[in-house]
Amino acid sequence: MSDATFQGGIADTRVGQEGQPVRLPNPAPRPEGELEELKRVWEQPKGIHFISAVNNNYVGVWYVGTAFLFFVLAGILALIMRTQLAQPELRLVGHELYNQLFTMHGTIMMFLFAVPMVEALSVFLLPNMQAARDLPFPRLSAYAFWAYFFGGLAFFTSLFFGLAPNGGWFMYPPLTSYIYSPGINADFWLLGIGFIEISAIAGAIEIIVGVLKTRAPGQSLDKLPVYSWAMLVFALMVIVAFPAIIAATLLLELERAFHWPIFIAEKGGDPLLWQHLFWFFGHPEVYVIFLPAAGMVSMIVPTMARTPLVGYRLVVLAVIGTGFLSFGLWVHHMFTTGLPQLSLSFFSAASMAVSIPTGIQVFAWIATIASGKLQNKTPAYFILGFLFIFVLGGLTGVMVAMVPFDWQAHDTYFIVAHLHYVLIGGMVFPMFAAFYYWAPVASQRSLSETLGKWAFWLIFIGVNVTFFTMHITGLMGMPRRTYTYIAEMGWGTLNLISTLGAYMIGAGVLVFLIDLAKNFRPYKGDLGNVWNAGTLEWLPSGNYQTRSIPIITSREPMWDQPSLADDVEAGRYYLPGAPTRGRETIVTSPIDATAQYVLQIPGPSWRTVFAAFFTASFFIGLTIKLYIPAFICGVLAVVCVIWWLWDTDPGPAEVGDIDIGGGLRLPTYVTGSMNHSWWAMIILMIVTGMVFSCIVFSYLFLWTVNPSIWPTSAAALPPIGWPIGAAALLIASSLLVWLAGRRLSQVPERSAWPTRTALFVAVPMLIGSVALEVFGQLEMGLRPSESGYGAVVFSLASYQGFVVAVLAIMGLYTVVRSLTGRLNRVRRSTFDNTQLFWHYGVAQGLVALLIIHAFPRFLG
Amino acid sequence: MWIQSTMVTYGPHAAVTETLSWVMIIGAVLIFLLVMALAALAILAQGRMRGWMTGRKFIIGLGIIFPVVTLTALLTWGLSISRALVTGEPPVLRVEVIGERWWWRVHYVDADGAVRLVSANEIKVPTGRSIEFVLKTQDVIHSFWVPSLAGKLDMIPGRVNVTRFSADRPGIYRGQCAEYCGAQHALMAFYVIALPPDQFEAWYAREATPPVAPVIPLLARGKALFMENGCGACHTIRGTSAAGLIGPDLTYVGGRRSIAAGTYPTNVGTLAGWVSSSQHLKPDNLMPSFGNLQGEELRAIAAYLESLK
Repeated sequence: MSDATFQGGIADTRVGQEGQPVRLPNPAPRPEGELEELKRVWEQPKGIHFISAVNNNYVGVWYVGTAFLFFVLAGILALIMRTQLAQPELRLVGHELYNQLFTMHGTIMMFLFAVPMVEALSVFLLPNMQAARDLPFPRLSAYAFWAYFFGGLAFFTSLFFGLAPNGGWFMYPPLTSYIYSPGINADFWLLGIGFIEISAIAGAIEIIVGVLKTRAPGQSLDKLPVYSWAMLVFALMVIVAFPAIIAATLLLELERAFHWPIFIAEKGGDPLLWQHLFWFFGHPEVYVIFLPAAGMVSMIVPTMARTPLVGYRLVVLAVIGTGFLSFGLWVHHMFTTGLPQLSLSFFSAASMAVSIPTGIQVFAWIATIASGKLQNKTPAYFILGFLFIFVLGGLTGVMVAMVPFDWQAHDTYFIVAHLHYVLIGGMVFPMFAAFYYWAPVASQRSLSETLGKWAFWLIFIGVNVTFFTMHITGLMGMPRRTYTYIAEMGWGTLNLISTLGAYMIGAGVLVFLIDLAKNFRPYKGDLGNVWNAGTLEWLPSGNYQTRSIPIITSREPMWDQPSLADDVEAGRYYLPGAPTRGRETIVTSPIDATAQYVLQIPGPSWRTVFAAFFTASFFIGLTIKLYIPAFICGVLAVVCVIWWLWDTDPGPAEVGDIDIGGGLRLPTYVTGSMNHSWWAMIILMIVTGMVFSCIVFSYLFLWTVNPSIWPTSAAALPPIGWPIGAAALLIASSLLVWLAGRRLSQVPERSAWPTRTALFVAVPMLIGSVALEVFGQLEMGLRPSESGYGAVVFSLASYQGFVVAVLAIMGLYTVVRSLTGRLNRVRRSTFDNTQLFWHYGVAQGLVALLIIHAFPRFLG
Repeated sequence: MWIQSTMVTYGPHAAVTETLSWVMIIGAVLIFLLVMALAALAILAQGRMRGWMTGRKFIIGLGIIFPVVTLTALLTWGLSISRALVTGEPPVLRVEVIGERWWWRVHYVDADGAVRLVSANEIKVPTGRSIEFVLKTQDVIHSFWVPSLAGKLDMIPGRVNVTRFSADRPGIYRGQCAEYCGAQHALMAFYVIALPPDQFEAWYAREATPPVAPVIPLLARGKALFMENGCGACHTIRGTSAAGLIGPDLTYVGGRRSIAAGTYPTNVGTLAGWVSSSQHLKPDNLMPSFGNLQGEELRAIAAYLESLK
């Protein structure tokens, strides 16, 4: 592929062409049978095979539906709690159930509703908004969905067996460790949530590559919808923040299962380490939920006000700024733990600073409303409700950022009120606005304006009645997470009001469900541009999204390019058919969205459903201590994942390069940094590196707390020969893989055997390096269960062992690809990705060795 | 009512925070009204009236400049307050409080940290004097909080947190555990009782001497039953053979306002009920119900305990 390929039709897509007429790349009418072929390729499987669908229109709707189901379920749990608290000293539910209820309510709302819901909406919306035929890895999003579906439902059923977690949604040890929570309740949380976070990360990888690589040609970063920006920042935050909770759950589960005392103070662990790891994830989590919602608001407001968003650049900068700032706030959840005054001041200031980017967005929306004319429609109601509730929640947020005030308000109903104002205002109201606004994209019928307004008023008034009252209850001294209170405290009336409000919210959600049942009819086509909106999701579409992929010259192309819909539908734009006779979409460059190649995307498959089922079963088996079935499911899960991956590296299509229109010929296969899977691998390396960094942080943190249990001389460490041997093996394996890659660039002209042999030999070298480290430590008498130091050293080694196990599978998989003739000079993405991750794994191993062996020697 | 309120305060520590709270509440209401008024204007006003709201200047002015100015002012003031709260005057009394599931162990300690007096679920303090609270935990994380006197501070395994505050005038102030600590977190409260300094001195002196052995037959029988049933394995009553350390010290339990960590008022009835069915009254607490005792036996034990004041 030469640079000359990109000349021609691409001139239309450059920055600075705003509003210029576009030269249409393809003539109409289109050849006979082209549309039929496109429809056939994108047709959904029938009958029971319907479940094997992977494309975003289907998976997106299921995903949203499942997330909403969890919203309703967690809401019901809340109503039970509110009923118990309606009067002092009620005995409707005992402490045992109540403690499970609030743990499950918080956990489900955060992990099974809010994060999946914003990911689900984007699975549905992003390709629509960017005129891509699908997301770049449809099977990955299908896997993420099914893993979440099976895992989430299994997690929920723990309530019916009295086995639901009861440690609160932030699961502070030592309460949640094996001494004070001997049952398997806490394991449900650790394994269940740890697992669901993996699904969230899979979604985030999909979203990052989707936003950066599959856009309409010409949709450069400065023309990207604010929603896409928000989802990009969201996904980047997920890959940085969520590894912290994965590392934390891993460490706590190791402590529970094998008594490795990472968080046990008497043995040199520290319970505060959990709080740091948890909130390093937990605070960004709030913005992870809010930013996508804010992105949706930035899409809905302009349409409802019939004018472009005022301050687009400021809003985008605010979204990015929020992403950065949100990582500097986690300690404001720990103001009462007795940290030094100086660090409290820093985090207090940072917590206040984050209100500035949010303020920018709020005033940008008001400015937009002021420059247009707000329509009297249900989405606009929910947007205004959002403004009201969210602004109030933001203001109480500034209050609790003040350290002395937080010393009073922390862990009281004031915080319960604040967080519900922020999350309901910041996420639930925009979500309902989005449902009413985007329903016509997914459904043949709009949702009802009348029922929508009823739902709005019930929920809006209900939320304020319930939660405004709670501010007062909290200031009057009622702590959160209490299953009862004595009558003498005087909190009865306030609680009764909150309970009545909660039932009002329930009624509002019920009205919405009725509306949904009456009017929501997905998969039967859409309703067209009912709001006269400006962005691409309102183009006429089928399961293949748009008939042809448009060239974009502005932020609101539907407003600025008058005949866009007709030309797209007539097939006058790019790629009007399915030239490879399979599913495909255009991959574009990340900054100015010039077309790079035609990506062949996989279609419906049961493999991802099975893979997800067995992965979920593996984790559930571990939780309920059925180790042999769990092991079998684990093996089956790996087999299914490999089976699913088997045809994802197809090589160039038989038809050769494809003319997508306007003389633009694109390859159907590329390797290197232009390839979409290269991007995904880089992101995966960041995720893995973040988990690793969190364990390294734990090592250093425990050292600062308990330096006395660290080895103080070289004599207390394994002799230097052990780590040097391990490092030598690591470096040698990397070298072998590098040589294998050099040799692969000559296959098939020369034999593939040296490549295969090199890879095959490199695998045991990696395993050997981990074995050397573990035996070296055991030889010196270090045991993971004896001290916090031993626990964290073996945690590092275990995590390296996990990465090595993954690499072993990847290495052998690559060898098998070669043996079956699926790996050569051209078709080498599989090898490239294995090689990337290999070098990463080796680097991680070297850093681990350096920390474990050089750090104490340096101190000594 | 309002014996545990952050907005009805009786100590300088909480009073400063209360002032801060009011300032912020009023400020928040004003800003909220401003934003809502602007939104209403944006929706309803005639075109000319809202023309000034449609540009970048509006966003930058209200979204950046306004919060930077107000928040900087608030932060400067707030930080100066919290610094003043942390330093404070040197203490005249040191009380070590140890969080337990689900009650509070109270040690009055001297300057060297030696325990002088042991109590539970109730802390008597002199008014107007700075008290140092040394906070520890026996098991999980708890949080020590007396809203009408001061903000909360956590009790964390492996750490010792120290806070100082005082009560302005005599009174009964309720505190409660603020960090979720398991089954009976909801019923883990205590009282701080502030006495004028001279009354406090008198109380302290009396509390330091063991109670006199009961002479009334009912009480003597109660004491005997207490010992026979093994209560002394977990509880201490100074001057007797009961020297257990697992449960609360009961030396002067009759003189405390509440039993079961702020859950029931102390009287013969609640004491008897607690001994016979503590698992019903506060399920999963660590004391077994003594359901085997007869009514008459319970009355004797309860009367004996109630007499310890």
